[in-house]
Amino acid sequence: MTQKEIEVILARQLAEYLAVAIFIVDTDGALLYYNETAESILGSRYDETGPMSANQLAGIFRTVDQDGQPLKSEDLPLVKALTRRQPAHGSLWIEPLNGGLKKIAVTAFPIIGQANRFLGAIAIFWEVPR
Amino acid sequence: MKVTFWGTRGSLPSPGPETLEFGGNTSCVSIEGSEETVIVLDAGTGIRKLGQQLPETIKKVYILLTHLHMDHVQGLPFFAPLRRKGVEVHIWGPASTKLSLRSRLLRYLSPPLFPISVREILSDLHFHELPSGMIDIREFQVTAQMIIHPNPTVGYCIRDRGYSVTYLPDHEPALGVKSFPIGEDWTSGYNLAEGTDLLIHDSQYTKEEYEQRVGFGHSCLNHAFRFGELAQVKEFVPFHHDPTHTDEMLEGMIANTVRDLKPSFKVTPGKEKMVIEVGGNK
Repeated sequence: MTQKEIEVILARQLAEYLAVAIFIVDTDGALLYYNETAESILGSRYDETGPMSANQLAGIFRTVDQDGQPLKSEDLPLVKALTRRQPAHGSLWIEPLNGGLKKIAVTAFPIIGQANRFLGAIAIFWEVPR
Repeated sequence: MKVTFWGTRGSLPSPGPETLEFGGNTSCVSIEGSEETVIVLDAGTGIRKLGQQLPETIKKVYILLTHLHMDHVQGLPFFAPLRRKGVEVHIWGPASTKLSLRSRLLRYLSPPLFPISVREILSDLHFHELPSGMIDIREFQVTAQMIIHPNPTVGYCIRDRGYSVTYLPDHEPALGVKSFPIGEDWTSGYNLAEGTDLLIHDSQYTKEEYEQRVGFGHSCLNHAFRFGELAQVKEFVPFHHDPTHTDEMLEGMIANTVRDLKPSFKVTPGKEKMVIEVGGNK
């Protein structure tokens, strides 16, 4: 099994202790980890979903705009952080696995490690009260 | 590969009658390969003695630094080949975001911390920044990877003719992990240590000491053994001993941990002047 890069390991360990929802993806957008707070917003446990590819991820967690129209992947803050390698912020609606629709605000930033190694991205998100 | 331990102590040189057996010099290990090339791992105070033992005719020296904390570089200016004209010295070490490896080493190798500047060193110095993937050094194939320790730090896996030695002298893979270990892919240093013939690993603290020093960048013996078990290493050398630990304490700590955890690997306590032969003809 291939070990993750150290900055990604440390990001997960920090996420485990934080009360804000955190989602970590690799350079291809594949899910690596989300924490307990994210579990409650996404409606599923990380231990159950496990890591998954970007395509699987898009199929499981559907995101829509304020009119209920599916968002283009390039409009998602996490995808912007990955493609532009810059922080990005936005609000969107997500359909959790346990049903309903939640408005969330997302701030995402790329993980750029020592020696400028690009390693993925982290999204911090929270539910916006209606 | 012939692995020689020139310094096994961590943090601070600790000479004295109570550390005679394990030694008081800080981190330095040499590996002599199948074609007699010598690689030096870290330049703690133990490197001075190594420098005296190397033949005066040596023309190339290869030093792999894990990081630039004082206990890993303090011996560098006392390493005899550095003061010889005509000797080519290659030094690898971790990159940082701002200053070059040379500039950071220069902070120590210059007045007022040290009376001689790096510019006055006679040997021909070459600096190489890591991580840069695989490094070929004559008969050796070296893999470097970032590991958990404060400030940029790399660990090394050195291979020669199918055998390997993994060197992780300052490493806290259990940092922030609620139940260590949580799996190969989420464990710092795993790629370097997986199935290695000889693991030299940080074992600075007792379990009780570790609880008071989480985040200092070091492991307790218990975590180090669990790491070795996860990586399925063949032989394990507890290393980077705490400066306050006497020979008697270290013997007891290691014996108790072996008794309690019953490791599947051979345990050889890291002692100064010790030599381990790794592999033969594979």
